[in-house]
Amino acid sequence: MLQHSIQLHSIDYVLLVTYFVFVLGIGFVLRRQVSGSKDFFESGRSLPAWICALGFIGANLGAQEVMGMAASGAKYGIMTSHFYWVGAIPAMVFVAIFMMPFYYGSKARSVPEYLKLRFDEKTRGFNALTFACMTIMSSGISMYALAKLLNAILGWNFHGCIVVSGVIVLAYIFMGGLTSAIYNEVLQFFLIVFGFLPLVLLGLKDVGGWDGLVQKLVKPATDAGFAPGTFTQSWAHIGSASSNPMGVEWFGLAMGLGFVLSFGYWCTDFLVVQRAMAAKDMGAARRTPLLAAVPKMFFPALVILPGLIAMALHSAGGNFQLPPKNGGLDYDMVVPTMLSHYFPTGMLGLGLTALMASFMSGMAGNVTAFNTVFTYDLYQGYIKKDGSDAHYLKVGRWTTVVGILASMAAAYAAASFNNIMDILQLVFAFVNAPLFATFLLGMFWKRTTGHGAFFGLISGTVAAAIHHGLSLPHGAEVGIKGGWLGAIHVYPSEMAQNFWTAIFAWTTCFFATIIISVATRQKKSDEDLTGLVYSLTPKIKEQGVPWWQRPALLGSIVLALVLVLNLLFW
Amino acid sequence: MQLDIRLPIGLLFTVFGVILVIFGLVSDPAIYQTHSLGVNINLVWGLVQIVFGAIMLWLALRGKKAKA
Repeated sequence: MLQHSIQLHSIDYVLLVTYFVFVLGIGFVLRRQVSGSKDFFESGRSLPAWICALGFIGANLGAQEVMGMAASGAKYGIMTSHFYWVGAIPAMVFVAIFMMPFYYGSKARSVPEYLKLRFDEKTRGFNALTFACMTIMSSGISMYALAKLLNAILGWNFHGCIVVSGVIVLAYIFMGGLTSAIYNEVLQFFLIVFGFLPLVLLGLKDVGGWDGLVQKLVKPATDAGFAPGTFTQSWAHIGSASSNPMGVEWFGLAMGLGFVLSFGYWCTDFLVVQRAMAAKDMGAARRTPLLAAVPKMFFPALVILPGLIAMALHSAGGNFQLPPKNGGLDYDMVVPTMLSHYFPTGMLGLGLTALMASFMSGMAGNVTAFNTVFTYDLYQGYIKKDGSDAHYLKVGRWTTVVGILASMAAAYAAASFNNIMDILQLVFAFVNAPLFATFLLGMFWKRTTGHGAFFGLISGTVAAAIHHGLSLPHGAEVGIKGGWLGAIHVYPSEMAQNFWTAIFAWTTCFFATIIISVATRQKKSDEDLTGLVYSLTPKIKEQGVPWWQRPALLGSIVLALVLVLNLLFW
Repeated sequence: MQLDIRLPIGLLFTVFGVILVIFGLVSDPAIYQTHSLGVNINLVWGLVQIVFGAIMLWLALRGKKAKA
């Protein structure tokens, strides 16, 4: 049993406490720089690109991501890196080059506000409400996962963890707003790098380098009935869903993950877009996702490789064993098990600090996105339209308090009703999947109307729900996993089902939006849409911009690099 | 005047590095045999962090001078 498997010593606590002092100290110093709502919600639009870029990945790199990717690495092998190379980088390049000009260049302060300017009030309201609920749920799940983990491996009090993590995140956002959150995300980025790099280096040394790892992973692959290289080749075994442990085939992967889900997240989720919108000028805003893409494409080495190493060690049958769970392995324990295996006291404190930092910055990212959307899109939009700037700043600060309290409630909901969490996550997956079709049409086809966007989104969401109701992953029971309308199709895996749900939702939204737009009158004039739609917006002049700051060139370099990575690990 | 993020990053990693280096020098070598393949990872990685922290502090100081 892994109960309380990690013993911390005073040196580990010293590192942990030092980190918390810095986190709160940053908030305290930044407090004096917040003089209005623009400082609090948008960092005064003053940050350099590299800071926004690290915040951009930091906000996305929550601890569930770190632990989840290692878990998938152990379970599925290097194919997990598709979540980075297919499921992130192309979308990051797209948002930088094609979408940032409209987000940053319009007067919108948030993604829902862009929808209001481009379409109408109801589209904005729908997006703002679902987004606000989603951020609170995510932040609550982050909190719950942190408390559960610390309780399991260190024996810390569950309730204590919830309260302390909530109070710390609250304190630094309340004081320094978005800047505080971004600065801590940057700090967390470096902590993850410094906490996990030695883990990977020691692990690789142990298994005999990459070649040793490839050899040691032959056995788990063949034991499971797959080709010998399945765990260490990312594309070679993706021709059909039955030849890889993920149970997906290349088309579902490329379209579902690579196009619909990935573009839906990176291009429309305000949580990440907000980081780029905090940049000091248009050039910096567009460079943010591009600069972020460079470390992002190498992150599989930090977060997925530990999973591969853990699997190799486990199947070699030495003194490293993953804990069992329900007849299989408890893959979620890959990271904690690796940390306690390779790190002596001292480094162990650093590793755990990095993990806690990423839990908290995952929460903080959601809370800052929540307070902005709530204050600007819901409070200013529907409750009090003409308040003073000082009033909205105050509302934003107190919304942070409400957001943290709501997150705590969500954390307890997750702890007590597992099913409720599943249902809510499913509903949000339905809402998110079609979203990118709305933005794509809105930004590149000026004829898209408000009714078209709104009802297109709704029909996409309904399509997602219907597809989920009619299909079932292999071996699952009818219910939360699908099939509640009568399963007429069985997917080889849950992941394949998710990808195809997204594909159906997106396609339905795309065509429904076009048909409804053509059938309804465009109420916005060309002047209204200037700066919001591609064809009506003056092209950005790049004369005098040095080549290393040009988005198109940087984007091409990023794509070329990621192509090379795919070929190397084909 | 905005806080230069490189300052807290530099300070944090320098402090972390110093703590780990000192601990690496005084700790019982046996813990490195059981955990980190015999490598005194606290000492080694502490030094790496000091170097990184120092570079960040140097950049922050240079940035301050350039502004002044």
